[in-house]
Amino acid sequence: MTEQRVPVEDRTRFLERKEFKTARVLSLIGLVFLWELLARIGWVPRLFLPAPSAVVGEAVEMVASGELFRYLGSSLLRLALGFAIGALAGIVVGMAVGFSSLAEAVVMPVIAATFPIPKIALLPLLILWLGIGEPPKVAVIALGVFFPMAINSFTGVRNADPLLARAAVSFGAGRWSVIRKVMLPSALPMIFAGLKLGAGTALLLLVAAEMIGAESGIGFLILHAQNIMETTKLMVGIVVLSLLGVFSHWFLTWLERVAVPWKHT
Amino acid sequence: MRVVIERLSKTYQDRSGQSVEALQSIDLSVEEEEFLAIVGPSGCGKSTLLNIIAGLLTPSEGDVFFDGLRDGSHPPTAMVFQEFALFPWRTVLGNIEFGLEERGVAAGERHERAMRLVELVGLAGFEEKYPHQLSGGMRQRVGIARALAVDPAVLLMDEPFSALDAQTRQLLQIELLAIWERTRKTILYVTHNIQEAVFMADRVAVLSRRPGRLIAVVPVELKRPRSETMLGDARFLQTVDLIWGLIKADAEKALVSPEGG
Repeated sequence: MTEQRVPVEDRTRFLERKEFKTARVLSLIGLVFLWELLARIGWVPRLFLPAPSAVVGEAVEMVASGELFRYLGSSLLRLALGFAIGALAGIVVGMAVGFSSLAEAVVMPVIAATFPIPKIALLPLLILWLGIGEPPKVAVIALGVFFPMAINSFTGVRNADPLLARAAVSFGAGRWSVIRKVMLPSALPMIFAGLKLGAGTALLLLVAAEMIGAESGIGFLILHAQNIMETTKLMVGIVVLSLLGVFSHWFLTWLERVAVPWKHT
Repeated sequence: MRVVIERLSKTYQDRSGQSVEALQSIDLSVEEEEFLAIVGPSGCGKSTLLNIIAGLLTPSEGDVFFDGLRDGSHPPTAMVFQEFALFPWRTVLGNIEFGLEERGVAAGERHERAMRLVELVGLAGFEEKYPHQLSGGMRQRVGIARALAVDPAVLLMDEPFSALDAQTRQLLQIELLAIWERTRKTILYVTHNIQEAVFMADRVAVLSRRPGRLIAVVPVELKRPRSETMLGDARFLQTVDLIWGLIKADAEKALVSPEGG
């Protein structure tokens, strides 16, 4: 009798995830290349879809003339102000509500009732209250950032390990020490998730507000370019907005690594 | 420092609104420099007792006193937790310094004292690591160092080694005994492990299952310093047997009870 020996094979091999790095890069390059090709052979009129090279050329010109920075400057100011105000208020309210049950009882129903309102719908009302200048645009961004921040900070505090709070108290920590040294660091990962979420919302509301009633900013640039049929400029506006989204996400990711080192070492 | 526990009772309300008696009229005193272990089956309220002594829980009846304590501004106790309860956002050094920070010790002195404790618990070289970068045994060394850092009159230990594997546990028991020989703290050590209790303690307080009552306080007649060879000593085995006899029936009941631990 001949004995046949069959080695055991790893049967989970098809479950493995591979990286395919080149495919990742190629798919992006391929898309741009295809777009350029379509525009060059004239299948699509330039008015509807300008070539990527034309968009880049227009962007370079707008940078050289300083035109782009005028638009970008006013957008960035609104974005920074609105984001900072909304985020700060959201963190403070969210943490207070998470820590104090009285604050929760008072504030939570209000948040639950106002959270579903599409914030852009409030812009006309805000204009009525605050005038037609910068304040309503900043306010609508702040409102949009406030809610995800408040809810995330609240959740972060609530999910803090009660054992750690008790450990802190056993070593003599009082209320403020527990908030500062246990609740805040516990909530930080959730707070950063909220900041990233809020950054997306802020960008959306910025553009919407600038399209509704502004004489400056990237949103205005896009709408204005469309009115005068300058599609290339319109495209530059869109590209700048997406870069703004990418960079803000990178910046927040970097900031998170610095502020939450215990999650990344 | 001497700890006096007088007629201490604790009754909880469970979720269905029924009252559960966790501790019933405990009278116990822990002497200066004594190593007292508290054993009992699961659900005997031994952790509840420790939490009341630490001031983390209000007793339903009775009191805990620290003899000779005049100034109530600092808790005279420090606690070592079963699940370590280290702050994940603080390094080893930062964790050890926590209690000192809360007492307003200046940064320089804090650092100096924390460094001495890092040496004492054998963590030199790991000062800047975060808890998640350490093994379970090392984490609990940080827990012990954090508690010793505030120089407590009484060290409270709530099943400090039961989350660790058996080998690490035995090594840390020996280490803790060595630290105790040097610092001579009063230690209250809660465990469900009878061997551990007998091996380490001067006296073993035995609690019954719900309601937790003090059944007996068994003195351990083993010489100090203790060593692993004593684990085969006839007196060691007799004491373990005696205590097991006291709680065996209760432990069996806990095994079939739906509420378990």
